[in-house]
Amino acid sequence: MEMSNQEKLFKFLEDKARWVRKETLRIHKVAAETRLASSLSAVEIFTVLYYGKLIRFNAKDTRSENRDRFIISKGHGAISFYPVLADLGFLPKETLGRVCKEGCILGGIPDSVIPGFETINGSLGHGLGVACGIALALKRKKRKEIVFVLMGDGELNEGSVWEAVMFAGMHKIDNLVLIVDNNKVCMLDFCRNIIDLSPLDKKFKVFKWNVKIADGHNVEELYNALQSFKETAGGMPKVLIANTVKGKGVSRLETDPLSHIKNLKPEEAQGLIVDLE
Amino acid sequence: METKVMRDVFIEQVYYRMRDDRNIFFLCADFGSPKLDKLKEDFKDRFINVGIAEQNLINVSTGLALEGFTVYAYAIAPFLTMRAYEQIRINLSLHAQLREINVNLVGVGAGLSYDVSGPTHHCLEDITIMKVLPNLEVFSPSDWVLAQGFVDYSIRVKKPKYIRLDGKPLPQIYNSIKDFKIERGLSELKKGKKLCLVSTGIMTHKAIQAAQRLSKDGIDIGVIDVFLIKPLNEALFMKALGKYQAVITLEEGFINNGGLDSLVLQLINRKNIRIKFKNMGFSQRYVFDIGSRDYLHKLNKLDEGSIIKNIKALLR
Repeated sequence: MEMSNQEKLFKFLEDKARWVRKETLRIHKVAAETRLASSLSAVEIFTVLYYGKLIRFNAKDTRSENRDRFIISKGHGAISFYPVLADLGFLPKETLGRVCKEGCILGGIPDSVIPGFETINGSLGHGLGVACGIALALKRKKRKEIVFVLMGDGELNEGSVWEAVMFAGMHKIDNLVLIVDNNKVCMLDFCRNIIDLSPLDKKFKVFKWNVKIADGHNVEELYNALQSFKETAGGMPKVLIANTVKGKGVSRLETDPLSHIKNLKPEEAQGLIVDLE
Repeated sequence: METKVMRDVFIEQVYYRMRDDRNIFFLCADFGSPKLDKLKEDFKDRFINVGIAEQNLINVSTGLALEGFTVYAYAIAPFLTMRAYEQIRINLSLHAQLREINVNLVGVGAGLSYDVSGPTHHCLEDITIMKVLPNLEVFSPSDWVLAQGFVDYSIRVKKPKYIRLDGKPLPQIYNSIKDFKIERGLSELKKGKKLCLVSTGIMTHKAIQAAQRLSKDGIDIGVIDVFLIKPLNEALFMKALGKYQAVITLEEGFINNGGLDSLVLQLINRKNIRIKFKNMGFSQRYVFDIGSRDYLHKLNKLDEGSIIKNIKALLR
């Protein structure tokens, strides 16, 4: 039976996600300092946004006015974004093999010195407020571009996040799409044992946000949710709670509350890379 | 010589610029001024009260500035600088090294401006903690003429800046700034012999008063007002300081810990000049005492009598 265009797209996105996961492991193999588990939970999110063409970008002119702005507030988990950037022409592919090495532009936590990154990352809780400012600026300039923000659920512990959540709802910033990588693990434990934020969707709803929930490893669910956000203005900021698994694809990390600070030995990473090929 | 509140003059001047320049935003953290009401009314789409949320004030300002807008972020000085310090560090200081970003942090309540509100509202740390941040400028005017003159500079120089304004009405010191540029950074208000006072903000008024009192006794001392603390105009400062044998720094801030005094002392050391030095300000203690600013100055030995005592001791 022949596949529909939609089915073809989702198959393509799944293949890309597998490739991104594999390349992320390859980076971690040469740069053990990188936060692997936090990066693996966001693989499908990066993949769907960029390969699903939900984000408008220009790899050759990364500050062009007609780009959508993507702020990766959870900088620690952005290693899996490096392969996407290299593949799409933001970076020379060779740089992927030199992450965290002397003189390489790519470190453990990315900043806006790297093409494709908008802001300074690494300290949590800044991205959403900055995104609100950018979104208001775009409205003022009467531009149609969208501001996407990626945050982790642990990051939601920061008080500055809620200052921005209240602000965005109050000011009806509807050109703002927040994606929460809801991987449920902080650095030292499961989030629910530190600050339990459930029910998270209701918290955003009472602050006047349009909320959707998706399986953050299911490309079809992610795509459909983000696509529908793009199509509606609605006078409300939007949040997609993407339920993910920290360390997705590495079984021993998937159940480990300390996965954030766990590294793989090079041979273990190599074994998983072979499995994905 | 007119007496005015510098924040009102500053905001009024921003208002005039906003009328012609549609790329200016004014944000505040639920903090006002009589002059702000008109700005708020006339530029509804470019005025935002973010609420009592200084962290978000800085972050939203950053986003607007990254898109090319000139932004004023207005709040009470201690909360603006210290509640939101990391937002300033990450989003302004770090960012400004990579991209052009024009956010003007306008803090009202330098030093003991909010005398009777107690130590939470006093601001004795701001010079030290703001000047340590790379890529960020620090402006500390002594009167409303300088504050007014700084508005043009704040639009022209596209960098993050901290503007520490006094909260109380203060008399005019400068006639006009038409004859010099803000870039000059400092001004030798009175030339003297042997000793000079180096001061910033309200303490420049105290320095002038002390100098005037002493001149009646035939003692002629100099007064240097430093209003651009960072970047400091080292060449002009050294030129002014060069003719003196003694210097006393005056600031409404903690001393021996990186304030104006440290700036002067470092320069003296680096240029290897021989000069007697004394610093006046607040020791490592917060002020819980209640009373007028003059009363608090007296308690903390920063009043005119104490200044004159120190001058005479150094001249001996």
